[in-house]
Amino acid sequence: MNRRSAVLTMLVIGAAFVVSWVLFVAVPRWYSARQQTSALVPGTTSAAGPRRTIKATLFYATADSQHLAGIARDVELADTPLEQAQRILDAQLRDPAPKDLVSTIPSRTSLRSVYVTERGEAYVDLSPEVSAAHPGGSLNEILTVYTIVHALTANLPAIKAVQILVDGREVDTLAGHVDLRRPLLPLRELMEKDES
Amino acid sequence: MAQQPAARQLIVIAREGRRTLNIATRDQRELLYLDELAEAFQLAVREDTLARGLTVTYKNRTIILTPDQALASVSGRLVSLSGAPIRDGRRWLMPFDFVSRALSLIYDIKLDLRPASRLIVVGDLRVPAIGIRGEQAGPMARVSLEISPRVSQSITQVPGQILVHFEADLLDVATPTFVVPGLVTGIRTTDQTTLAIDLGPRFRQYRTSMGGDAATLKTTIEILSDETTEPAGPATPAPEAAPEPLATPSTALRTVVIDPGHGGSEDGARGQAGSLEKEITLNVARRLKAALESQLGVRVLLTRDADQMMPLDQRAAIANNNKADVFISLHANSSQQRSVRGAEVFYLSVEGYGDEARRTAESAGHVLPTFGGGTRDIQVILWEMAQSRYIEESAALATMIEEELRTRVDVSQRPVQQAPFRVLVGANMPAVLVEMGFVSNPDEEQRLTSAAHQNLIVQALVNGIVRFRTYLEARRASTAGSAGPPRTPTGAPRP
Repeated sequence: MNRRSAVLTMLVIGAAFVVSWVLFVAVPRWYSARQQTSALVPGTTSAAGPRRTIKATLFYATADSQHLAGIARDVELADTPLEQAQRILDAQLRDPAPKDLVSTIPSRTSLRSVYVTERGEAYVDLSPEVSAAHPGGSLNEILTVYTIVHALTANLPAIKAVQILVDGREVDTLAGHVDLRRPLLPLRELMEKDES
Repeated sequence: MAQQPAARQLIVIAREGRRTLNIATRDQRELLYLDELAEAFQLAVREDTLARGLTVTYKNRTIILTPDQALASVSGRLVSLSGAPIRDGRRWLMPFDFVSRALSLIYDIKLDLRPASRLIVVGDLRVPAIGIRGEQAGPMARVSLEISPRVSQSITQVPGQILVHFEADLLDVATPTFVVPGLVTGIRTTDQTTLAIDLGPRFRQYRTSMGGDAATLKTTIEILSDETTEPAGPATPAPEAAPEPLATPSTALRTVVIDPGHGGSEDGARGQAGSLEKEITLNVARRLKAALESQLGVRVLLTRDADQMMPLDQRAAIANNNKADVFISLHANSSQQRSVRGAEVFYLSVEGYGDEARRTAESAGHVLPTFGGGTRDIQVILWEMAQSRYIEESAALATMIEEELRTRVDVSQRPVQQAPFRVLVGANMPAVLVEMGFVSNPDEEQRLTSAAHQNLIVQALVNGIVRFRTYLEARRASTAGSAGPPRTPTGAPRP
């Protein structure tokens, strides 16, 4: 009788141990491993085969500098939305403006990294030139900020709002006007309405 | 003179000169010839016989019209017209409002259509409309003028005439026939900006009085004869539109905080000739302070009164801590495109922020348990987004200031805008940011640094604030019983 109950108790304790190990150690480890694979390492490309592209919309100021115009461009296809976000922003920062349009981002600005939260908020970390080399003026600043916001929200449905960071840090503004302390939604009034 | 256009013609007045457009009448409606409009405004007109459409192009911007439809697609946006385009042989006839509702949207320069005067004013010309009424009152004659938008005037007497000279480019005026035997022989215009009252032998002296509101100046000239029995006051020389008598102290608007943008190491925008935004904003802010204090008798504070760095947070905090009733941030704009010009007025866009911030800002209040049981409803405001409670009032202020600016200086294609501006979001009162013009435009850079132009901007701001005060008083009176935006919310932490 005593012996039997002792064995039973041991078994129960053993089973409880196994269950709690699975619950509290194995699953979280597996889960966080999955998470890490989706975190972004800038510059890596997993596709080694033929270069495949998607059509993305990049943004430039119209000739009168009053609006943003969306221009379709081929951008390298990426495996994950996060990598895709990076490719699009790289293209936005790197590609010169098409004829009759004007780039809104100070030259030599580069992308440091991108993060996306589960709520669909993207954090775009840009090099200091975006602020230090900015020509100033609220119109210029609005165009710069919303080029970045629209480049992500227009191409990636999962991204709803964008916050710009500079050199790894949260900033008040780029040049003294637009509030960058929170993620910003796209600004439709800024889009060129003339489709002709 | 713009008066009494020869019947069936409309006059287009621009800085370069003027021209006339013929007016056609169909079914008692007055119409303009599209080909004449095209010539006057450098438009390209293309008729698509297959699609039965008319395309009017100006610098890559298009208006598409369809016969039989009182609609136009202007740069892709649909606007309604008072009538459809009508074919007249090989020509097309357009309703007057084609100019104001369609053409003005694609045109580079402001177009002001005045159908009643049969006038189109192109650009920033000051062409006040002047209404004249003459009446005889016993032995005296009274001439009342209504000048809108208001411009400065000077009234002088020369032998045989009283001259009213307006600070304008042209007058939009129709002079009535007004004769008082022996006293007034007529009213006429003597040049583009001067009105003359011709006097008869019985004239002895005159006196003037002025009134009106921010938009309209009302001037009354009383012309007294030698029979006038009442003791006449001394003839008022009335030099210049005298400042309005100080209004009784307003309860709605007592303190104004003016924020000269940038400063210290932050130059802001820089013009080709080297003008700095931070200097222009400080100069205008000082002028505006003086004007508001003398004309309205309100308390005015500047967020900086020197070339110094001032964090954006602190600027709104100065307004909050001083319980300002209005916060005005002054800026000068810049564009990579040198041709871009014109003033703009911004108010906060709460919609620009992501969902979470907005939800927090909009949460109305919290019900908290109190000692001894029960609950108490208190207003908890996310101080960082205090401005979200004043959007409607800020929008009204922005519109009023823009309307005043428009009559004095160039305004941009999008003169009133919303943006998530850092300096506005924390202001706990109606707040706007005024971009006074583009220093990147060489012409506008030069103007922005001139005292005369700065004074025009200042007067526009003063008038805008006066109008806003009236609006605010009416609004506060109507919401007195109900819950308007609280001035000092309970439980709001100081920044």
